[in-house]
Amino acid sequence: MNIHEYQAKEILANYGVKIAEGGIAYSVEEAAQRAREIEGDVWVVKAQIHSGARGKAGGIKVCKAHNEVEAAAEELLGKTLVTHQSGPAGKLCSRVYIEAGTKIAKEIYLSFLIDRSTERVIMVGSAQGGMEIETLAKTNPDAIIKIYIEPAVGLQDFQARKMAFALGLDSSLLNHAVRTIKGCYRALRDLDANILEINPLVVSANNEIIALDAKMAFDENALYRRHKIAELRDNSQVDPREVAAAEVGLSYVGLDGDIGCMINGAGLAMATMDMIKLAGGEPANFLDVGGGASAERTEKAFRLVLADKNVKAMLVNIFAGINRCDWIAEGVVQAVKNIGMQVPLVVRLSGTNVEEGRKIIADSGMEIITADTLAEAAEKVVAARNQVVAQEG
Amino acid sequence: MAILIDENTRIIVQGFTGKIGTFHAQEMIDYGSNVVGGVTPGKGGQTHLGLPVFNTVKEAVQQVGAEASIVFVPPAFAADSLMEAADAGIKYCVAITDGIPTQDMMTVKNFLRRFPKEERMMLTGPNCAGTISPGRSMLGIMPGHIYARGNVGVVGRSGTLGYEAADQMRLLGIGISTAVGIGGDPIIGSSHLDVLEKLEQDPETKVALMIGEIGGPMEVDAGIFFKENMTKPLIAYIAGLTAPEGRRMGHAGAIISSAGESAAEKVATLKELGVTICPTPSLMGQTVAEVMAKL
Repeated sequence: MNIHEYQAKEILANYGVKIAEGGIAYSVEEAAQRAREIEGDVWVVKAQIHSGARGKAGGIKVCKAHNEVEAAAEELLGKTLVTHQSGPAGKLCSRVYIEAGTKIAKEIYLSFLIDRSTERVIMVGSAQGGMEIETLAKTNPDAIIKIYIEPAVGLQDFQARKMAFALGLDSSLLNHAVRTIKGCYRALRDLDANILEINPLVVSANNEIIALDAKMAFDENALYRRHKIAELRDNSQVDPREVAAAEVGLSYVGLDGDIGCMINGAGLAMATMDMIKLAGGEPANFLDVGGGASAERTEKAFRLVLADKNVKAMLVNIFAGINRCDWIAEGVVQAVKNIGMQVPLVVRLSGTNVEEGRKIIADSGMEIITADTLAEAAEKVVAARNQVVAQEG
Repeated sequence: MAILIDENTRIIVQGFTGKIGTFHAQEMIDYGSNVVGGVTPGKGGQTHLGLPVFNTVKEAVQQVGAEASIVFVPPAFAADSLMEAADAGIKYCVAITDGIPTQDMMTVKNFLRRFPKEERMMLTGPNCAGTISPGRSMLGIMPGHIYARGNVGVVGRSGTLGYEAADQMRLLGIGISTAVGIGGDPIIGSSHLDVLEKLEQDPETKVALMIGEIGGPMEVDAGIFFKENMTKPLIAYIAGLTAPEGRRMGHAGAIISSAGESAAEKVATLKELGVTICPTPSLMGQTVAEVMAKL
């Protein structure tokens, strides 16, 4: 689960990381008020969206007067920003963060994340912070410093010092750097974050280390024990279809194609989508209904898939392990009856009680296209989709 | 014997008396697995499904000689159960539980590393379908009847895609020596490579099938192991050729991930390493059959 920059900064400040003075605003008036509260003559108005690369998308405005702050807030609030990390639909900006401008002497990159291959937290730093960090990682990998942290003992001072020196920080900043680095690590571990990234972490003109940006993402599986973090969830930043799916306990990812899918198991879902693509179609979604696909759950999944108006044909592919094909077939028949399908439906059942399941579909008298194998199912659904498109002219 | 489990392996169920534990324990018993009891703290001394319930895994090891364990304990308590199994001397553990926090798994793996390698419990999962040696023992939640006994070793992250592979093979008259689900979580007990290492040593396994997915370096690591250490043919299918690039925040993931984690990149690398690629998921059985025919 992602959170906003201002929320991450608030968390980090509690862990001893210095941040610039700032405040959140949901309206132009609030933005003006925040600017008046913050001393100085430069303010930065930052769109709060769950995406990086906001600067390039025009989501960060440097202002030199209160009326400029108002104008920036006016422009950003209610705007949908498309960045190269947000996906094509972009993210709606419904709040802006007003921050005191910082005179920057040096920009640094610092992040912490859980590395799957070493099964440890890895601390990543670079003396060359800023927006081009990914390019740098490819063109000059030596400029990226990686330090692995032993989980049982945690981040040690010597490791923090090693990072500070590698980042080229002045000795006068050593204690402050160690405090900042260890604070970040503690925040990640204490709060079950998967990722914590500060880009840039800066040395200011008056020689302080300040987090100018902050991104944190949290482990969904650990939210049951992180109530305060769970409260920070902002569903306006998530595809509404995914939100609706999560509410009924289904795993759904909206895609750009027009063949709706309902499949059990993430791996089989991915494989089925591959088959659709190989047959010349494009999936409209990824939907894993999980192991126990009851009739009720099946109907919810159908409604979710068909809520996408782009869907021109639908494929159900279930490999029944623990559950049974006859139960699933009953669920499918009931869902079709209750919803009233407007698009062709292809059903492929396999596994436990497959014969009984196929018989229920056949006996239903409904216009359901059946398939025995994965390849046949993909070909039939793509053919059905093509027919719909041809009829639409 | 088959790798990991066979008909004599003495199995206990952790989270035995819960609804899910009860259902799958019965399924395993019906399949012929040698389930000798279970553990539910606080219910020790009771009898469940005609088998003894113990308070601790240690008691199960001492009193009924438990060697392998399957864990259905809810996510919040599962990591603790895995460490308890390792501490009690369980040799092989399958974690079925879905939803264990990543940092808990980091702790579990760190705990396991404290044991010398020869005494260390092997763990597969969490969030997996388990392990089956068809006709002998099932330590998992899969539909046992779709697996025929034979000479193909299977390792995969996904449950249902593994069933699809087993079913395709059975319809072509091809059987399985052992199939292992390693799970889809970020941090898991054993990798593809760990299982391939066992399959390579297994006299019953003639061919290995790896069912992989996008993301992470695991499949390529297994491919390198194959090239350097394996004498048996390896076939691989990588799911997710059409998966969209994940939406993300920031750069941290992209910086540390080495190049080549998309399905297409993985397929290209595995090909170079001499792995036989199964081009589509509907051809898993057929690709295995073709490789077997050349043996």
